[in-house]
Order: sequence, then structure tokens, then C-alpha cells
Amino acid sequence: MSEGLYSMEAKNYDKTLDLKKVKPYGDTMNDGKVQLSFTLPVPAGPEAIEAAKQLLKKMGFENPLVVFSQELTPGFTFFNCYGSSTMTVNYADIYVPKVESKTMSMEATDEFIQEKIGRPLVVVGASTGTDAHTVGIDAIMNMKGYAGHYGLERYKMIEAYNLGSQVPNEEFLARAIELKADALLVSQTVTQKDVHIQNLTNLIELMDAEGLRDKMIVVCGGARISHELAKELGYDAGFGTNTYADDVASFIAEEFVKRHNK
Amino acid sequence: MQSKVGLDFEKVRLAKSLAEKVAVEVQAFVERYTTVATERTIARALGIDGVDESAVPLPNVLVEQLKEKGVLSQGVMFYIANAMLATGLTPQQIAEKIANEGYDITKEAKVTDPVKLQQVVQPVIDATIEKIRNNRLRREKYVAEYGEDRARPYIYVIVATGNIYEDVVQAQAAARQGADIIAVIRTTGQSLLDYVPYGATTEGFGGTFATQENFRIMRKALDEVGEELHRYIRLCNYCSGLCMPEIAIMGALEGLDVMLNDALYGILFRDINMQRTLIDQYFSRIINGFAGVIINTGEDNYLTTADAIEAAHTVLASDLINEQLALFAGLPEEQMGLGHAFEMDPMHKNGFLLELAQAQMTREIFPNAPLKYMPPTKFMTGNIFRGHIQDALFNIIGIWTHQGLQLLGMPTEAIHTPFMSDRFLSIENANYIFNNLHDIGEEVEFKEGGIIRSRAKEVLDNAINLLQEMTSEGLFNTLEQGKFGDVKRPKNGGKGLDGVTEKGANYMNPFIELMKGRK
Repeated sequence: MSEGLYSMEAKNYDKTLDLKKVKPYGDTMNDGKVQLSFTLPVPAGPEAIEAAKQLLKKMGFENPLVVFSQELTPGFTFFNCYGSSTMTVNYADIYVPKVESKTMSMEATDEFIQEKIGRPLVVVGASTGTDAHTVGIDAIMNMKGYAGHYGLERYKMIEAYNLGSQVPNEEFLARAIELKADALLVSQTVTQKDVHIQNLTNLIELMDAEGLRDKMIVVCGGARISHELAKELGYDAGFGTNTYADDVASFIAEEFVKRHNK
Repeated sequence: MQSKVGLDFEKVRLAKSLAEKVAVEVQAFVERYTTVATERTIARALGIDGVDESAVPLPNVLVEQLKEKGVLSQGVMFYIANAMLATGLTPQQIAEKIANEGYDITKEAKVTDPVKLQQVVQPVIDATIEKIRNNRLRREKYVAEYGEDRARPYIYVIVATGNIYEDVVQAQAAARQGADIIAVIRTTGQSLLDYVPYGATTEGFGGTFATQENFRIMRKALDEVGEELHRYIRLCNYCSGLCMPEIAIMGALEGLDVMLNDALYGILFRDINMQRTLIDQYFSRIINGFAGVIINTGEDNYLTTADAIEAAHTVLASDLINEQLALFAGLPEEQMGLGHAFEMDPMHKNGFLLELAQAQMTREIFPNAPLKYMPPTKFMTGNIFRGHIQDALFNIIGIWTHQGLQLLGMPTEAIHTPFMSDRFLSIENANYIFNNLHDIGEEVEFKEGGIIRSRAKEVLDNAINLLQEMTSEGLFNTLEQGKFGDVKRPKNGGKGLDGVTEKGANYMNPFIELMKGRK
């Protein structure tokens, strides 16, 4: 599979990196190597392997290789495959919207809020809708935090309220009003059949209807959530995997200051 | 028994007696009350099934009427028996009469002699008892015929397509790949419904509705594939949430083998009122005990919110309480799938040793229980390659310490509900390890004063301390203080409290007597 040791093929392609035409990298620049696995609803055998290869070609792979195949149950065959992509992307011209805040440490955020706002920010979070998972909201809010990043409850200048899971949007908003929330955090873990999109959209619609949307910073998070998606749905920011309480706290503090110093 | 981790069995006895004290107090409370779910369960056990024209299940129609008339405290059995005496109808016909004609069942209740009342319902009760007993015998016959390797954990996987017919395809594939237990994950939010939906269902989010018809469809499919494979394939569902005992009776009637059935889980993780859940768990466990169903407790969940190293003793303390509550419900040790989980941060130095210590300790503290061991979820990152290795370490501990039910981790945990191929890879992983390390547990003991023995001692000591606090505080206060899973729940908060009522003078539930601690 490697182009290096076993292949006698001449490498007659340009081996210099061109950021306008980026290809996958196996062990040689521009070799285009990709590994992928999938299941086809057909019985195992030479025809199945041929079907997998044809599919790879249609997906734009040269030299498709089926390195492993196994019938999972009668009529379903699993494949591990390699191929060389013929596709390229223009990396140089890519623009991805990002959360535009500088992540500060917990102490620095506390200081920032103390100095620029002078009172604690009220942050209300929940796993809303039918979502029963608290793992996301807990990672951001619980005192202990996650992976060495303390949660919002530990911030001196943040008054954090974690409402837990399966909180209906209406109840979430009612509590937010009652607690005089400055910011709302919505966690969504279950994303099957895009249930999170409907639920997230519904919250923004409710806030619009109540005239609350501009009064609070609204942030969503979860493994399948990107900042881009969050913006699209009408949120101020979205936090996906590998983001922690300090990212969220910094954003809220900076955004609050930005809005109120206009 | 010689402990491989140097456990002091005097301390184990102390821990169990402390847990018993905590459970006694709960039990004394539980026995004085009933709930709408418990009463609907009795209705179902009397053969009441089906829905009215607006799709409300007839057990709900009946129990709602009692609640509206303010007589729920006397219980379903009392009114149904009276109505049977007065009308000569069956319980099902009576429920239909309420649904169709607005028949007021409370008006008929003139007889209060419990002997007379029980006499008229006895044939219906006997039919239900007989049906459940036959389901149990059916399972025992299959298991005796096919045999089982009990040194290995059962390979336990989930299906979760939302469509029961698609679940069947996935479940049969998993069985052929080597699964011993198939759990049909419930649709998101079902635990908070105060009724059980009716009929076969094809729409769900992240899972499939638990309905009696869906149970029947899957049972049939697993029996078919089991006969093909000459292995008995167990079916698991979720006896938790607001309909806990109802799911238990439906599972018992349809021959389910395993049920999630925790005394505390719904309180902590679904915000169900603690009084409601503790009352409901009692009858549900009596039913599961009688039906030969292995229950699974949910302590593994504590470690998804609390830290797995710091909070290990809360898992053990809760296992001990769950054990005592289950014993009060007559559920034998051999059916107690007490829960724990492999949830330590994989970057923790010697984490595997700590985990091995806890798993072996748990094994020795509950020697007859088919422990339910849950895979890594919290630290699964989407890196499927590392995840597959995390699952391998988890499987090594499973075979090493003879866990009972090994819920296999999937490399794609935290990404999607399992693909058919994910399940294949995970079962291949488990089979490889279970075979390759089959007898390692019998070959290895642990060093005096080493990391493993010290850890086992530490966790047991901490659990004893917590239980000691709990015997003075009581379980309700402990839950209010957030000792389990870092989750705080008020005694009168949460969902479902309005469905709790104290038992009245005419209250009767002969099923308890007939099922508790019996076969």
C-alpha cells in the first residue's frame, strides 16, 4: 500500500507542495493516498470486491485496492480499501469563520470581568430538548471541569447555573429570565436525524418571539457542532470538540464587553 | 474464598451490613406507597392492554379514572375485582367499557372482603403467573440445550435504528457475529413518558420505542437466529424511567432476559422524583426476579459525570445499596447485574492497574452476581483507532476478572449509533481477547502492598466511610447532597411525584406475594 518500500511504480508526479492543489498525503507528497472502509449490501466474493473497486473509482480514486473484505451477515460485506485521490483542494483560498475571541486562563477571565464589567456574569446552561446527556454541559460547567480545564462553576466572576438534561426550551428560557442570565449555553449530544438542529432552531425562534434574542449571548456546543453551524442557526458562537470551559468563558466575557461598550 | 487483591472480607461484611441499614429505611418507606406506574403494572398483569381511540393505553385510562376520583390509594386490584363481581366482565372488557362508555368503576366498589375479591381475580392472576413462568422455563430449556461458557462475559451490544424492523436486521447480524445479548436502546425521552406506547414502531430518535409489540417482534427474531446458531440470544431493554414496573411486566410477558433496572439512576440522571422511583423499583424488581430476568444497575453513569478515580467508591457504595434493595424485592444474586465502568482518563499513569483492581474487587465482593461492565465513553474522542485499543484494554479486564455482561465499546462511540461494521469490529476484538486470555484470571495474583491491592483496599475503605455517613443521613438526604455522580436532587423535586400515593385500607396486590422470591 505504501508507495515507498513495495511499489516499483515510477513516481511520475510533481512532488512539490502546492497549497492551491492540496492532495492527501500517505508517505510521499501528492501521492493522494486515502484509507477508507465501508459496507456494501451484497454477499462476499470476487463480485463484491469488484463492486467496491468500481465504487472507489467513481469516488475519484486511482489504483483502488481492497485489502480486506468480510461478510458481516449474509448479504452484507465490509471492506477496507486504499486508493489515490485524483481530487485536489485550494487550501490557500479557504475561509472558515471562527470564534473571534482570545482564550484566557480562568484567572485572567475573572480579572477581565472584574475590571471591565465589575459584576459577575450570569451563565445558564442545559442540555435541552429531549437530549438526556449531561456529559457536554457538565464538562463546561461543573466545578471540576474536563481534561484539566476547570468548569464555569469555579470562576469567581461567573454565576453558573447548570439545569441538567432534558430541559424543554420554554422552561430553559423561563429560568434564564428568572435568573437574569447574561448568557445561555445549550449542549446537544444526541444528533441522530438532525434532532439537534430542530431543537437549536426552536430556541432561537422562541427567543425572537419573546424579544430576548438581543438581550442575551447565546452559545451552543457539542461534538457535532461547529462555529459555522452555530452562526447559521442564529447563535453567537458554537463550540465543538477540543474546546473547553476557558474557551467558552473567554468568549462570553469578551462578547459581553464588546456589546456593552458600543 | 482467597482474595486475589487481598480484600479483608470482614470489611466486606461490614459494608454489606451498612448498606442493609440504608436499604431498610428505604424499604420501610416504599412498602407504604403505591404509584400510578405500579397500578398500571397491576392492570397489565390482569391482562389489560390496548389503547383507546386517542391512542391512550387502557391501563392509563383506568388509572387516570381512579386518580381523578381521588381513590388511587385503594389500588387497581380492589376496583377491578369489585367490577368483575358486579358485571361478570373480564378486566380487559371493564377497561374497554371505561374507555368507550365512560363507565365509572369506582361506583361498583361495594365488596371489601379481600378473600372474596381475590377469589374473583385469581384465574386471571394465575394465567399471568403461568405465562411468565413458561417464559422462564423456555429460556432455561434453550440454555440447557445449547450450553454456555460462563467463564467469559456475555457479549452485549446495542441496536438503535429507531425502526424495530431495521433493528431486527441489525440484531440478527450481531448475533451471527457473536453477540450474546442484544439491547434495543429506547428512543430519546421515553423514560419521561408516563405511559408505554402501543404497537410496532418505526420512528424514534437515537433508539426505538419500548412497546410490548416491539418486544414480541425482537424476541421472535432472536429465537430464530438462536436456533440457526445453536446459541441462546438474550434480549435486553430498559426498565427505568416513569414506567419502570410496566416495562418489567411487559418484558416478563414477552420473555425478555435482561433489564436495566436501577433504584437510583432515574433520580440522578433523568430527574425523576426519588420517592416515585424507589417505590417503582420495588415492584419492578419483584417481577424481574420472578421472571428470571437479569437486572442491570446504572452505577457506570456516575463516572460519566464524576471523576472515575475520585468517585470509584460511590460506585461500590451504590452497588451495595442496589444489592440490598434487590434482595428485599426477592431478586436472587445470580440475577444482579451490578454496574461499573471503565471510564478513567486513558492518559492516567497506571490507570489500567487501578481499573483492574476495582474490577477484581467488585467481582469478589459480589461473587455470584453477573456484573455488568460498561466500556469507555467519556474519553472516546472520535479517534476510532485509539478508541479500538481503549476497548481492547476494557475487554482484557472483562475476561480477566470474569465480568458477567460486557457491554462492548464501539470504536465510533461519540460519533454515531453503531454501524453494522462497528459491531463486527468490536465483537471480533472481544472474541479475540476473551479466547486469547481465557484463563488469565486463574494464573495471576497480585503483589502484597502493590498498586492493585492498595487500590482495592482504598476503594473499599472509602465506600465504607460513605455508607457510614449514609446510615446516619439516610438515602434521601444523601441524594439531596449530591453524593452520587455529583448530582443533587431534592426529595420533593423532579418528575412524577404527583403519581405517588399512600396505600389505603382496601389496597391489595397479590402479585407481590405470588412473585417475590419465587420461581
